[in-house]
Amino acid sequence: MIIQLKNVNYTYNPGTPFEKKALDDVNLEINEGDFIGLIGHTGSGKSTLVQHLNGLIKPTSGEIIIDGKSLSSKETKMKEVRQKVGLVFQYPEHQLFEETIYKDIAFGPKNLGLSDEEVDERVRNAMGLVGLDFETLKDRSPFELSGGQKRRVAIAGVVAMKPKVLVLDEPTAGLDPRGRDEILDEIRKLYEKENITIILVSHSMEDIARLVNRIFVMHKSKVAMAGSTREVFSNADQLESMGLGIPQITKFMRRFKALGHNVKDDVLTIEEAKEEILKYLRSNRDA
Amino acid sequence: MLKDITIGQYFPGTSIIHKLDPRVKIVVVAMFIASLFFVTSFWPYVLIVAFIGTIISVAKLPLKFIIKGLKPLMFIILITFAINLFLTKGEVLLELGPLTITKEGLRQSVFMALRLVFLITGTSLLTLTTSPIALTDGIERLLSPFKKIGLPAHELAMMMTIALRFIPTLLEETDKIMKAQMARGADFESGNILNRAKNLVPLLVPLFINAFRRADELATAMEARCYRGGDGRTRLNELKFRSRDYVVLASMVVFFGLIISTRYLVS
Repeated sequence: MIIQLKNVNYTYNPGTPFEKKALDDVNLEINEGDFIGLIGHTGSGKSTLVQHLNGLIKPTSGEIIIDGKSLSSKETKMKEVRQKVGLVFQYPEHQLFEETIYKDIAFGPKNLGLSDEEVDERVRNAMGLVGLDFETLKDRSPFELSGGQKRRVAIAGVVAMKPKVLVLDEPTAGLDPRGRDEILDEIRKLYEKENITIILVSHSMEDIARLVNRIFVMHKSKVAMAGSTREVFSNADQLESMGLGIPQITKFMRRFKALGHNVKDDVLTIEEAKEEILKYLRSNRDA
Repeated sequence: MLKDITIGQYFPGTSIIHKLDPRVKIVVVAMFIASLFFVTSFWPYVLIVAFIGTIISVAKLPLKFIIKGLKPLMFIILITFAINLFLTKGEVLLELGPLTITKEGLRQSVFMALRLVFLITGTSLLTLTTSPIALTDGIERLLSPFKKIGLPAHELAMMMTIALRFIPTLLEETDKIMKAQMARGADFESGNILNRAKNLVPLLVPLFINAFRRADELATAMEARCYRGGDGRTRLNELKFRSRDYVVLASMVVFFGLIISTRYLVS
C-alpha cells in the first residue's frame, strides 16, 4: 500500500464566516501500480484531497501515510514526500517561469540536489516520455509554445522528479480534442512503461473509463463510492444523483438492453461495445 | 501565511453598522482620524476606546479579527514607540549606556503607539464592515462634486473596485503557484535573505504573467460590454440616506466636538 488516508478531515478558514469543511472523514487506500480515477462534482473536495497527498495541506485531523511514513511525523521530510508523490496542478502551464524549456523542467530535479549529469539525463527522459523533442525544443522559451505543448512541459517538470505516484488534476482541461487525446495517451504510456501509480482527477467519464482501473467518487466532502471502474459505473442512478454520470457508451448499452436486447450493459469503451453488439447480432442470426 | 493578512478584509454581517450608507461611514472614519490628532492627553482616549468598542460590539466583529489585523503593523508601532522613547528630550528617568529614557519620552511613546493602534483599528473597522463595492461606490459619490474641476471620480473608483476585486484572486493565485512550485521541491521558507529573494523568482514570474494576461482579458471583456467610462452610466443600487445615517452623522459630530473640547478643557 503506497498511500493510506485514515479519518482525514480538513476545514478551510476555521473560526471565520468563510469556514468550509472540504474533507469529511476521508478513508482510502491506494496500492502500488494502481491507476486511480478521482471523480466528483466541482467543489466536492477533490483538489483539496490531492493536495493532502504530498503534504501541501496538512489535515485538520486524521492521518496520512505515504509509502510507510506518516506525514504528521516530525521525522518525515517534506521534500522526500514531494519527490515520491508528484502533483500536477490544474492548468500547470501557469506555473512555467524559466527562460528555456530545459531549465524549467530541470527546476524540480535541481531542487532535489542531483548532479548536473543526472539532471540532464532526467530532463531528456522526461521530455521523451511526454512526447517533446529534446534537441529542437530544449533551448526554446516555454512561452512560445502552444497550450498543449506548454502543458507537456509542465507535466515533464513533475515527471522529471521520478515520482512513485503521479497525481494529475484535470490534465486535459481547456485543451482541444486532439491535445486531450495526446496527453491522455502519454499518461497511459507513462503508466505502462514507468510502472508508477497514477491518480487522475477528471470530469470526463469517457477518459476515466478508458484509462483507470479503480475509481473514488467524492461527494460533499466525503468518499461516496469506491471500487473498480466497472463496479462504480454500474451505479448509474447514484452517480447521476451526485451530478455525475456514466460514459455515453455505457448509457447507450443500458438503454439498448432496456429495449429488450440481450446484451451486457457494463461495457466501458466503444471497442467493448462493438464486440458485444457483434456477438449479439451473430447470436441472433444463428438462432 | 498569506491568509493572516486581514487589513482591508470585509467581514460580512447584517448589523446596523454594516447597513449604514458607505458615504456616512467614510466621513465618520475621516472625522475619527482627525479627532485622534486633537487628543493631547490620555483621558480622551477613554472616549475613543468607548467609540471603537461600541462599533465592534454593535457590528458583532470578533475581537480576535481586530487583533490579528494589528499584527502585521506591530513592527511599525514598535519602531515608533522606540524612537519616541529614546529620542525625546526632558527629565531623565533611566540611562542605558548611550540611550536615555525621559519622562516626556515615555509619555510621548505610549501616546504615539496608542494613536497608531487606534488609527489602524478605526480604519479597519471601515473595511471590515463595508463591502468593497459599497466602499468604492461611496468614494465615487463623495468625489463626484470634484468632477467639475476635472477629477475623474468614476475612473478612480473603478480602478479601486478592480484593484480590491483582484486582491483575493491574486492571493489565491499566489497560493496556488507557491504550492505548484513546492510540489517541484521549491523552498520558500528557509535560507538567508538573498537566497529567499532568489527563490521567489519561480513565484513572481508566473504571477506577473498571469496578472497581465488577466488584465488584458478583463479589459477585453469590459469593452465587449461597451464600457466607456462614467458618463451617463446608471447604477443598480442608488445610495440613499436613511434616518439611521442622519443619526449616526449627528452623533459623530457631537463626538468630534467632545474630543476637540477636551483639548481646551483639560490643558
